[in-house]
Amino acid sequence: MIHFLTHSTTDTVGVAVTESVKRGQALTGRVMDTGETITIVALDDIPLGHKIAVADIEEKGTVVKYGHDIGRAVAPIKKGQHVHVHNLRTKRW
Amino acid sequence: MPNLTIKGYRRENGRVGIRNHVVVLPLDDLSNTASEAVAGIVKGCIAIPHGYGRAQFGRDLDHHFRTMIGTGSHPNVAAVVVIGIEPGWTARIVDGIAKTGKPVKGFSIERHGDLLTIMNASRQAAEYMHWASELERVECPFSDLHIATKCGESDTTSGLASCPTVGNVMDRIDPMGVTTCFAETSEITGAEDICAARAATPEVAKLFLETWNRYNDFILREKTDDLSDSQPTKGNIAGGLTTIEEKAFGNLEKIGKRTKFVGVLGPAEEPRGRGLWFMDGPSPGAECLTNQAAGGFVLHLFPTGQGNVIGHPVMPVIKLSANPNTCKTMREHIDLDVSPLLQGEMDLNRAGDMLLDLMVRTCNGRLTCSEVLGHREFTLTKMHMSA
Repeated sequence: MIHFLTHSTTDTVGVAVTESVKRGQALTGRVMDTGETITIVALDDIPLGHKIAVADIEEKGTVVKYGHDIGRAVAPIKKGQHVHVHNLRTKRW
Repeated sequence: MPNLTIKGYRRENGRVGIRNHVVVLPLDDLSNTASEAVAGIVKGCIAIPHGYGRAQFGRDLDHHFRTMIGTGSHPNVAAVVVIGIEPGWTARIVDGIAKTGKPVKGFSIERHGDLLTIMNASRQAAEYMHWASELERVECPFSDLHIATKCGESDTTSGLASCPTVGNVMDRIDPMGVTTCFAETSEITGAEDICAARAATPEVAKLFLETWNRYNDFILREKTDDLSDSQPTKGNIAGGLTTIEEKAFGNLEKIGKRTKFVGVLGPAEEPRGRGLWFMDGPSPGAECLTNQAAGGFVLHLFPTGQGNVIGHPVMPVIKLSANPNTCKTMREHIDLDVSPLLQGEMDLNRAGDMLLDLMVRTCNGRLTCSEVLGHREFTLTKMHMSA
């Protein structure tokens, strides 16, 4: 069972691709570019399609997905935490 | 694969259509009632009501005519009845469509009233229906098709799987010489440099960036906040997308990994040759599809995450999704379920095979979900306020 996917090896977030990822659960992820497997422990419940940090990200740090900058962390984010509008904002607009 | 063919309708101007509609086209909002009455009397023809066509001017009026004439001239349309409140602008649309050689006749309401107009227009529409019903599909090269794409109600599964499925097909049909189109200027924000790098020449890259900058400047000028409830949309956010940059990278997956774009089109503008084109314009589904169809694209590939239900009056829309919840709860709207990609139970080439197969069947006459459910969204873009 694959719990989450990342696009690229440099991504700092992955996407949950199963229902009900629960806090404390050990997760198996796949890097789509390389096929390599990574494992992390969820620190939050992650709904299907939502992002999970696969690395620690400091406040004001850049969040990377698709190997690219998708915005700025507005709070410190720990590996395994849910990443969404509460801790990630656009650098545009 | 280079010899792939479909059975379509070869129109008077040489273009290939995949549907054979008789359309009742109102010039303006005032003519919607009569147009819809005709479509109610003459079974099988399609009225395309909309909200504009009065006191427009300048580039907004040009865009109105370009969209209406482009929709009437569409290769999926066999013949057109135009109804307008007055004869002057009605004739402009009729003359524009007639240039393609397509049968078209105009009717105006002033000095006749709705009832007489409806009777006269219905007689003409009935005649067109009889005539169109005897047109036959003929073998046409797949490469003669014009195919557009745009995604909607996207979520993270769009960027992971449904948009890459379209991209896989784009990379396969581009070498065949198919004419294709992607759009959504504002939804490329954050990935504009990556997109520019996909232009076929430095001139096209420059033109794309000028076009994107113009749109971005307009957004920055008009915005009252950081747009975080509009772009990404509420649906996008529910599906896990957080920022416009994230949405943009998922969006761009639709143009594949190798295909380069050969030029930039204005909204509703027809491509000037084969290959992939970028069409400038607003990103909402109905507006974008209305503009793409008016540019003559006969088939649409529409990845969705949370479940957009869109269709178009004359352009079949193939909707695909990789969100297992959407595919389960909105089955009647989803033509192709690519959710097995998420667990690696299917690979991208297999998903591309399935989409291409469905495209050929749709071209040959298979109805899409949006056609079966009667989704006929048609939304004109306003370039500026009317006078």
